[in-house]
Amino acid sequence: MSEKKLVEEEVNFQKNDAFSLTMIPGAFARKMRTCVIWQFIRFLVINIKMIIVVGKSH
Amino acid sequence: MARLVVLGGGVAGHTTATFAAKWLGSQHEVVVVTPNAKWNWIPSNIWVGVGQMTKEEVTFDLAPVYAKAGITYHQAKAVSINPEGKEDSDKPFVTIEYTSADKAGQTETIEYDYLVNATGPKLNFGATPGLGEGSQLGEHTVSVCTADHAVHASEKLQEAIEKMKAGTRQKFLIGTGHGMCTCQGAAFEYIFNIEHELKKAGVREMADIKWISNESFLGDFGMGGLHMKVGGYVVSSKLFAESLFAERDVEWMIGAHVSKVDAGKIEYELLDGTTGEEEFDFAMLIPPFAGVGLKAYNKAGEDITDTVFAPNGFMKVDANYNAGAYENWKASDWPRTYQNPTYKNMFAAGIAFAPPHIISKPMSSPNGTPINPTPPRTGMPSGIIGKAVAHSVCDLMTKGEDAKLHEASMAEMGAACVASAGKGIFNGTAAAMTVYPVVPDFEKYPGTGRDTDYTFGEIGLAGHWIKHILHHLFIYKAKLNPGWTLIPE
Ligand SMILES: Cc1cc2nc3c(=O)[nH]c(=O)nc-3n(C[C@H](O)[C@H](O)[C@H](O)COP(=O)(O)OP(=O)(O)OC[C@H]3O[C@@H](n4cnc5c(N)ncnc54)[C@H](O)[C@@H]3O)c2cc1C
Repeated sequence: MSEKKLVEEEVNFQKNDAFSLTMIPGAFARKMRTCVIWQFIRFLVINIKMIIVVGKSH
Repeated sequence: MARLVVLGGGVAGHTTATFAAKWLGSQHEVVVVTPNAKWNWIPSNIWVGVGQMTKEEVTFDLAPVYAKAGITYHQAKAVSINPEGKEDSDKPFVTIEYTSADKAGQTETIEYDYLVNATGPKLNFGATPGLGEGSQLGEHTVSVCTADHAVHASEKLQEAIEKMKAGTRQKFLIGTGHGMCTCQGAAFEYIFNIEHELKKAGVREMADIKWISNESFLGDFGMGGLHMKVGGYVVSSKLFAESLFAERDVEWMIGAHVSKVDAGKIEYELLDGTTGEEEFDFAMLIPPFAGVGLKAYNKAGEDITDTVFAPNGFMKVDANYNAGAYENWKASDWPRTYQNPTYKNMFAAGIAFAPPHIISKPMSSPNGTPINPTPPRTGMPSGIIGKAVAHSVCDLMTKGEDAKLHEASMAEMGAACVASAGKGIFNGTAAAMTVYPVVPDFEKYPGTGRDTDYTFGEIGLAGHWIKHILHHLFIYKAKLNPGWTLIPE
């Protein structure tokens, strides 16, 4: 019998037909969401973009 | 000395009144009429609704702030407007009814030279049988629309958590409570905060969580959805939203009009005309919004409410209300100055103005039930409109009636929205989104209707930090602390 290969983040695809038709982030994408260094960079980028949007809106 | 009366001390009205008071100084009078004694940073009610913040952390007393700003404050609700005055006087006035404990129920009239209606929405729970009566929340569901509602929601959530700890499965139903709701973003944020709290409490496996909404696709948000750049693609918010739900094992039901609410059960109708029932143990359903029901009378005392207000109770402004069918809708239908077309000394700001039409594609079931989100007017547009209106009124008061009005079209302004899950600095995440412009302009941006350089969405800690900063920044600003004018809306 072949061994079961369980990839935690793929399990939800099977739970619901609608789930199986969308995208679910893998381990790397999830890790980056809470990686403080990467998120600090994104914090700066998002802030700059938001400030531009605010500036364009006034 | 002229007098500006601002009705409503929420996001838009507070912005209008405080800027007008600053710009006008003691030359003119600024009056605020609002039934609430406290200002509420409404977006943080979500955290109150999951027990992560107290009511006190999201509210503060208005009286000392208005005293500091030199604003005359009446804790009262406006009942009617007489824009032509009365038989023996041409001076326009509003009739107010006090809500403060010492004067509750007393009425008074206040004359004005300029009037800004920023009364926001009536939370129209009564539109769905069982969801509530008039603007009062019913007994079967919870809400996070006011700080008090959110405190109640948090108590009910704790009860549900205790039941799960004791071994009883719980079904959570979160979304919109009618086919014509807006504010999906708030419910969206709440459902992911609930999911986060249940995980934290170690009871996620005991919970079934389901989203129900009037959007025709997940991620519509009342704006017809949005497109953003992700990983080299330009993708629809549908994919973004569905991914979030699937990742967190949250089911969804869309295109749904909740037609009735009972204890532990709702009845619904879907866009395809089918009907059904859904059970729940805990439900947070956003009510539809309407105008607060102000009346208007002419000089002879005749009812002219239909002239001043649209049928949904919101005030008519300089929008194109005759755009006709969806195919004819244009970005230019949206108002620019928020001036009432009949009475030029009246303006409406924030949710109080009547939009020309919805933004999402109109939809109805084969039974004729309209099921589509109504247009959102979130915090940032409400604040920006409030400030533009303050500018216009101040110019009219100081430069004369020919002064040029300031403009702030929702088809030329963006909105930032941060939907967090969790509250800790390192263990929460948030979907940070900006959209530019709020109302899509397909002539200017063929394809998506929006500038995809400034329309984006991203999930991570960064958005979560921004949500924290916004909470403190906006409360700091609303309290008129030093440097408050430097903080943008
Ligand atoms: C739970 C929740 C979360 C949200 N999260 C976000 C978010 O993250 N980002 C975002 O941009 N937006 C968010 N919003 C939307 C945002 O709160 C609104 O866009 C904003 O409050 C609208 O401002 P407003 O001044 O038009 O109305 P309000 O802020 O509601 O103010 C209306 C004021 O008028 C007063 N009033 C009512 N009736 C009368 C009367 N008869 N006479 C005088 N005064 C009256 C009310 O008491 C209130 O003070 C959220 C909304 C909710 C409900």
